[in-house]
Amino acid sequence: MSALRPLPRWADILLLPIINLVLAFVISGLVVLAIGQNPLAALEAIVGGAFGSGYNFGYTLYYSTNFIFTGLAVAVAAHAGLFNIGGNGQAYIAGLGVILVALPLQFLPWWITFPIAILAGAAVGGFWAFIPGWLQAKRGSHVVITTIMFNFIAAAIMVYMVVNVLKPAGVLAPESAMIDPAGRMPKLGTFIPWFKNTDVNFTLLLALLCLVGVYVLIWHTRFGYTMRALGHNPTATTYAGISNSRTIMIVMTLSGALAGMVAVNQIVGVQYRLVLDYVADAGFVGIAVALMGRNHPIGILFAALLFGALYQGGNELQYVIPGLSKEMVVVIQALVILFTGAMEGMFRPGLQRAFMLLSPAQKAEAEARNTAKSES
Amino acid sequence: MASDTHMGNSPAQRPSGAAAASEFAIELIKINKSFGPVHANKDIDLAIRRGSVHGIVGENGAGKSTLMSILYGFYTADSGEIRVDGTTHAITDSRHALALGIGMVHQHFMLVDNFSILENVVLGVEDNALLGPSLTRARKELVRLAKEYRLDVDPDAIIEDVSVGTQQRVEILKALYRGADVLILDEPTGVLTPSEADDLFRVLKELRDQGKTIILITHKLREIMAITDYVSVMRQGEMVATLKTSETDPGAIAELMVGRRVLLEVDKGPATPGEVFLSVENLVVKDDLGITRVKDVSFTVRSGEIVGIAGVAGNGQSELLESVSGMRDQSSGVVSLKGKPLSLEGDDGAHRAREAGLAHVPEDRQRMGLVTAFEEWENAILGYQDDPAYGKGWILDIDAARAKARERIAQFDIRPANERLKTANFSGGNQQKIVLAREMSSNPDVLIVGQPTRGVDIGAIEFIHNQIIKMRDAGKAILLVSVELDEIRSLADRILVMFDGHIVGEADPATATEGELGLMMAGISEKTAPAPKAAEGKTK
Repeated sequence: MSALRPLPRWADILLLPIINLVLAFVISGLVVLAIGQNPLAALEAIVGGAFGSGYNFGYTLYYSTNFIFTGLAVAVAAHAGLFNIGGNGQAYIAGLGVILVALPLQFLPWWITFPIAILAGAAVGGFWAFIPGWLQAKRGSHVVITTIMFNFIAAAIMVYMVVNVLKPAGVLAPESAMIDPAGRMPKLGTFIPWFKNTDVNFTLLLALLCLVGVYVLIWHTRFGYTMRALGHNPTATTYAGISNSRTIMIVMTLSGALAGMVAVNQIVGVQYRLVLDYVADAGFVGIAVALMGRNHPIGILFAALLFGALYQGGNELQYVIPGLSKEMVVVIQALVILFTGAMEGMFRPGLQRAFMLLSPAQKAEAEARNTAKSES
Repeated sequence: MASDTHMGNSPAQRPSGAAAASEFAIELIKINKSFGPVHANKDIDLAIRRGSVHGIVGENGAGKSTLMSILYGFYTADSGEIRVDGTTHAITDSRHALALGIGMVHQHFMLVDNFSILENVVLGVEDNALLGPSLTRARKELVRLAKEYRLDVDPDAIIEDVSVGTQQRVEILKALYRGADVLILDEPTGVLTPSEADDLFRVLKELRDQGKTIILITHKLREIMAITDYVSVMRQGEMVATLKTSETDPGAIAELMVGRRVLLEVDKGPATPGEVFLSVENLVVKDDLGITRVKDVSFTVRSGEIVGIAGVAGNGQSELLESVSGMRDQSSGVVSLKGKPLSLEGDDGAHRAREAGLAHVPEDRQRMGLVTAFEEWENAILGYQDDPAYGKGWILDIDAARAKARERIAQFDIRPANERLKTANFSGGNQQKIVLAREMSSNPDVLIVGQPTRGVDIGAIEFIHNQIIKMRDAGKAILLVSVELDEIRSLADRILVMFDGHIVGEADPATATEGELGLMMAGISEKTAPAPKAAEGKTK
């Protein structure tokens, strides 16, 4: 096999995901065709359902908000060579922190509660990821194992807390008390009527701030430098006198804190109470988002938008085409994850060959771009 | 299977190759290969005589490995012709090369660590789905090969339990088992101890005498002189010369390699040692497995002198370096810098060592000293990322770091002069310059240097040696560890010999012979030579 030159950067971050996405849709189309429905009509329903109106787009953005947080959580850990698959549990248990400050403060204006809820969610989510980080740093237990275990522990604790502690007496549904309407955060639709009364709220702005923050953290701070060095070569960081255990613990805490922002979106922004399973697997979607977004904030923004659109469009699909059940939507989402996440590199060699045939000049350019990539 | 056809005719051929179709086993004609703007091979002509050991030398980046990769089918040449036994072939991949009788022993072994030697030899060329018959056949074949070439191994030993030298032997056996008549060895002695290297040379000679053809890629001139029949010199992608080894000398080859006269001897004045800068007392260090590797070692290094630690690799030098530089915790003992004891415990010990004024050029630059996935400028601040020169507070001042990196690139002549290039894309010598530039620029009191020129080309070796001497003359204390005895002898002002975790002797490089040092390195002479006064230094 002859050596392949790296792809030009635009092809790597744009063309390749689009090819993967198209293939996922083609195969989904075949599945839709197989059960006797029109794939084009289904596609139209999904796209229309996700972007068709302010109402639809508002819901898409609401889902994307969650996915930005969980995608960033995975990405921050990944840059330090850690695979945090406990985003779901961290997002879930962070709800405890959020509701425990939101309920006592419910008579204060929302703009006072909001930042406090952010801190509380970050603290609890961060703590939940700090423990696996500490275990890896000091005891050598791998975070992949411990974070997934912590998902289960979080789920069990939350059931106990909601049913036995937070549920007001006399209420049947397993959920906490509602935040007083006076203290509820208004949705974005209040200010931008186009969004109507959809669930998209100020937490979206927080998500965008986090994207910028993570970008700065990773590529423009000393700590970001040390965590990237650790991710590439832990022996070199020991040589450099950087404490690997300390870096691991800080990175995991940051990662958990980002995942914990899902609780802010859900509890302060949308549901005004703590319900069971409100995370709805956003933590796991975050893994696909980070993978597809190449752990880069800009990539994560677009990947989160894509998955938000798939969730919202998929919800609409079952109403528009009754023959396509909710399960069908899950199949399509799974195919997208499969092609853009798990099989992300499948077309890379072919595409590289195609590019090499184009021109030797392009080869040289590809080389040059590859060398100048790390922070753009 | 290919092995049968090739195995059959090889032993009959003698060095002169009178009976063969062509006297050359391999002929490369006008080979060209470019990677983007880099012309790695320019119109290369090379003929390898059957039954000879043919050395290919050149600095890193001269195109040796590219050329061999083309022959072995890893790359396809842009243009040119390859003839094997006089017939032209378009070699498409390594399987094809093997079928033509060309085998390669890579610099980094391609073995399965938890398989036995026998299983590794058979891997990939099993006769059928059942393993039993293949293993039986291979066992017989191994016995035959062992007898014919004196390549004895225990077929049932597990790879991870045997020495590096044996692992390399397994790689050679693998190639022979697959029917190789032509063996390409890429920097084979880089990982070997001197005695293992001698053993390898004996095996190579044996193989040659049995009619095999050996191509040896190296940049060690000593090896070329010791073992090859012919030597081809490459420089910047071109074949400069092919010579009969017996009719040339190392100086001439070195000159051809770099295109100018090279000083193989280090040119330095006498040392003027001052006060003790680094002192190590009763140091005991364990390795990762808990085995004590440094046993109660004490020594001092004064300002303005280079203390060299000689020894066969694996006698505790690595652990000593890692411990003194703060990377590895010590079990007991005291390391002091200018009289102040250093606290080196914990996984950020190296940071405190650096703050105290101790810089470290590690033995293994790719594993320790560099993050090869980083751009050059990022590695130029590794270990100094918290320095106020690179920004205020949390923020890393990227522009300042890059400007500093550019300055050092110019100062240390690092090529290519591009601080945005990925470090992995620099040659070994230039990577080493990146590390040296970083550690020397911090203006330390003590500089610890491990294997400064391992895998570094000749032009860079001279530069690196001169930089180390410059540091000495600037009044720094330098601790040098190298397995290259020549390097220690020419650089150090005082030599300590390490064997089995102990310092077993001290010698003056001006008077000690290679034989004396060799005995000490082998642990035979325990006597500590009455230490000549360090202050006397040495004059050349």
